[in-house]
Amino acid sequence: MRVFRGLILVAVLVAAAGWWMTRPRPLPADALTGLEGDAARGETVFLAAGCASCHAAPEATDKRILSGGQRFASDFGTFVAPNISPDPVQGIGGWTGAQFASALRRGVSPEGRHYYPAFPYTAYAKMRGQDIADLWAFWQTLPASEAASQPHEVSFPFSIRRGVGVWKKLFLNEDWVMEGDLDPKLERGRYLVEALAHCGECHTPRGSLGGLDRDRWLSGAQNPSGKGEIPALTPDRLTWDAGEIAYYLETGFTPDYDSAGGHMVAVVENFGKLTAEDRAAVAAYVKALP
Amino acid sequence: MKKQVFALATAAALIATGAVAQDYSANLKARQGQFRIMALNLGILGGMAQGKIAYQAEAAQRAADTLVAVSHIDPGPLWPEGSDNMSIDGTRAMPSIWDENADFLAKWGAFGDAAAGMQQVAATGQEALGPAMGKLGGACKACHDKHRAPQ
Repeated sequence: MRVFRGLILVAVLVAAAGWWMTRPRPLPADALTGLEGDAARGETVFLAAGCASCHAAPEATDKRILSGGQRFASDFGTFVAPNISPDPVQGIGGWTGAQFASALRRGVSPEGRHYYPAFPYTAYAKMRGQDIADLWAFWQTLPASEAASQPHEVSFPFSIRRGVGVWKKLFLNEDWVMEGDLDPKLERGRYLVEALAHCGECHTPRGSLGGLDRDRWLSGAQNPSGKGEIPALTPDRLTWDAGEIAYYLETGFTPDYDSAGGHMVAVVENFGKLTAEDRAAVAAYVKALP
Repeated sequence: MKKQVFALATAAALIATGAVAQDYSANLKARQGQFRIMALNLGILGGMAQGKIAYQAEAAQRAADTLVAVSHIDPGPLWPEGSDNMSIDGTRAMPSIWDENADFLAKWGAFGDAAAGMQQVAATGQEALGPAMGKLGGACKACHDKHRAPQ
């Protein structure tokens, strides 16, 4: 009897510890204190981070209305991008800057719930505070949408959000994949590729739990939407030179003048609006991959 | 008698496999060749735009004229119904080309508009090529985004 009671006590303690360890961890309320946001610079962050590529309505012509509704199929269910326009009721207009930062860097909602990692916060976790402040300033200039967000279509056990806390323990960290001393151009390229543009989300293969396999970084992967493969960017497979990569990101043309298709169309649309220096930085990073 | 039975059985087998018997290889070669012609000439203009090939007004104009000529090819015979990637091998053409044919034709038309834009400026100088290439790239991507399957 005493042993039994002891076992129960241990079980309760383990459960409590697990509950504690998997809790959502928002940033402190003063996360953006002292940072002055610049909307013009925020637009660059907005384009590089590809917010509209997933959060604009399906086939929308005005990509600045972030009303949501695009569907993303995965092994764990279908995720539906929510309305993140500045509408105070249906969107995120009522959020504070710190809540916005918590969503991006910690994957935690203002109500203290985990977001599913279809939202690429594993990349955004590396975003600089100044960039988040700039992005938030730009956000205030976007049009609001009153469209209601649609629920995700995720079934048990993935419907238990607390499980995402376990997933975060395994896969959410702020470490760079490309390590070492980088020159300013490569550093900018790494920031664009690994943090803002979240290239790894599609170009890196995932393990059985859906975490990115960092040992096979950007080495190509199955297309989560079903048919086809997402190409590798590693030097054993991608033979384009830096100029060709930059030109592809600007115009969508490959070196033999085929053109981008699928989700890369949205990426090129954004990268075509960035500076030539930023495209060259991404190209330099890709060429520096092992 | 034996021969007749064999012939009947063969005929039945052919009918049973129905769609497979349709041969679209000529249509596929024609439309893929069309895209090769486009890529070759885009390569001349893109090479000049990037400064990899020396700019030459006459060659640029010829390449642009060729793109416009391709845009005038009637898409009908190139894209018969049933020649999509769900029905046959060797193509990345998605069924949406036929399910949403008006959208497909509008996007093909947009390529024609972009080619005509290039035709107007190709001979006016090297710096005019970049923006016109951007519009052509946009037209290519728009259709590939929707109607071409990933590799």
